[in-house]
Amino acid sequence: METALAINNLVKTYKDGTQALKGVDLTVNAGEIFALLGPNGAGKSTMIGIIASLVNATSGEVKVFGKDLYSDRQAVKSMIGLVPQEFNFNMFEKPVDIVANQAGYYGVPREEALVRTEKYLKQLQLWDKKDSVSRGLSGGMKRRLMIARAMVNEPKLLILDEPTAGVDIEIRRSMWSFVEEIAEQGTTIILTTHYLEEAEQLCKNIAIIDHGEIVRNTTIKELLKTLDVETFIFDLDHHPDDALLQALGAVHKDDCSIELDVPKSKNLNSVFKTIDQAGYQVSSMRNKANRLEELFVKMIENNGGQA
Amino acid sequence: MSTTYIGIKTLLRKEVTRIIRIWSQTLLPPAITMTLYFVIFGNLIGSRIGEMGGFDYMSFIVPGLVMMAVITSSYGNMVSSFFGAKFAKHVEELLVSPMPNWAILAGYVSGSLFRGLSVGLIVTLISLFFTDIQVHNVWIILSTVVLTSIVFSLGGFINAAFANKFDDIAIIPTFVLTPLTYLGGVFYSITLLPDFWQKVSLINPVLYMVNTFRYGFLGVSDINLGVAYGIIIAFVLILGFCSWYILHKGIGLRS
Repeated sequence: METALAINNLVKTYKDGTQALKGVDLTVNAGEIFALLGPNGAGKSTMIGIIASLVNATSGEVKVFGKDLYSDRQAVKSMIGLVPQEFNFNMFEKPVDIVANQAGYYGVPREEALVRTEKYLKQLQLWDKKDSVSRGLSGGMKRRLMIARAMVNEPKLLILDEPTAGVDIEIRRSMWSFVEEIAEQGTTIILTTHYLEEAEQLCKNIAIIDHGEIVRNTTIKELLKTLDVETFIFDLDHHPDDALLQALGAVHKDDCSIELDVPKSKNLNSVFKTIDQAGYQVSSMRNKANRLEELFVKMIENNGGQA
Repeated sequence: MSTTYIGIKTLLRKEVTRIIRIWSQTLLPPAITMTLYFVIFGNLIGSRIGEMGGFDYMSFIVPGLVMMAVITSSYGNMVSSFFGAKFAKHVEELLVSPMPNWAILAGYVSGSLFRGLSVGLIVTLISLFFTDIQVHNVWIILSTVVLTSIVFSLGGFINAAFANKFDDIAIIPTFVLTPLTYLGGVFYSITLLPDFWQKVSLINPVLYMVNTFRYGFLGVSDINLGVAYGIIIAFVLILGFCSWYILHKGIGLRS
């Protein structure tokens, strides 16, 4: 399989002595959506900054689709699209100009740039705002504008640094669909996010970075396997009494709901049996959605940090 | 069309759009200021001064005032545009793109050149209301104004690259640029000065630019044209290299 990104022993020490990256090794295969997770200050944005030529590395090697960042920087840059964490476009310009100009910086002729601008602004539901002053766009629109801008050079590697931060759930889901769509078309995507549900939904492989080091690099499936306990929420037909909670070792969540940690070794039938014998009916049951989040918090805490 | 050329053209288009969009901040103020100079120094005071360098005072100061407007506008355009891009982080749009550093510089300098020359043309047209302009050598006029505009665009770029706050981009124009311009022979011929101050004046690069430009109009200069061109071109090359080096190393731009 072709390698989209190969990072070898990447080190970054800032002028004030802060060591943001301590010899990071990372490989991302072509065509995948790869999640990069880590708490604030872990080194995610520094690593992305180095790949995108916004931060100078202290040492190490970065290759994008086999091209070396230092000896072939122009070629590497032409293959990358970046959606940074912070808004970094001219707030007084119109979306159509921001996107078309970015295409121009990548050498796309004006006519073609305008065609692509229309395509991506429409895909990201911004076409009706194309002539508005960007400052007036909502937070979600501004974020989508940055995605359109990053896509206009049709990059082979798209880096999304917390692309859905601060957007509502509806827009977040439409952005997920867009990300999945462009990944299907062959674009490799690196995604950093604080929404772990997002990583679970979109990505197959994941790296967790903390204190400038990769503490885990595996598939999300493998990572979730390491969870030996699953949390379920049972909605009962009436208010649970203390006897039931004690019998199950459950926690009373709200009016008729209980939350229960079930070890993987334990059969769920026994849980149902206990509930049934106590005279309760289970009206619905669901898995608690933050499995990855629990794992992430545990991993970071084990590494001596705070998630 | 090469991809680099498209990048430069895009950056120039962006700058021109910006300059025209905020014309009341970019093109109008020098027109008003220079009109006041023409009225006060040219008409009211100039008529009492008499001749300067063999010409009436108004004819003598017109080239200097045009050049002063070009210098201020070229520098101001670059320093505000590039520092603004750095401050609001949209300079990153260029830094992540495959545009070579020299091309980024060329795009910004072209934008400042556009503003400098537009302002120069506006001030020249305004001066026609006050005096008749004679042209001794149009090529000297054009080459001097273009080279001078480039020199101060590059100076503005270096200022913007090192600036961390808006105060930093106001210090150089106030404490360096304005004194150099006022003492650069815009309003007087240095032959009026005592020998010592004449020699001191020769270390001011603006003097060479103003005098060469004035020679293009009037055919008179306080200094040797060959030396003046040599100095102006040397400034273009030195400041151009420094600006490229700043971009290459990412000084003030990349951590």
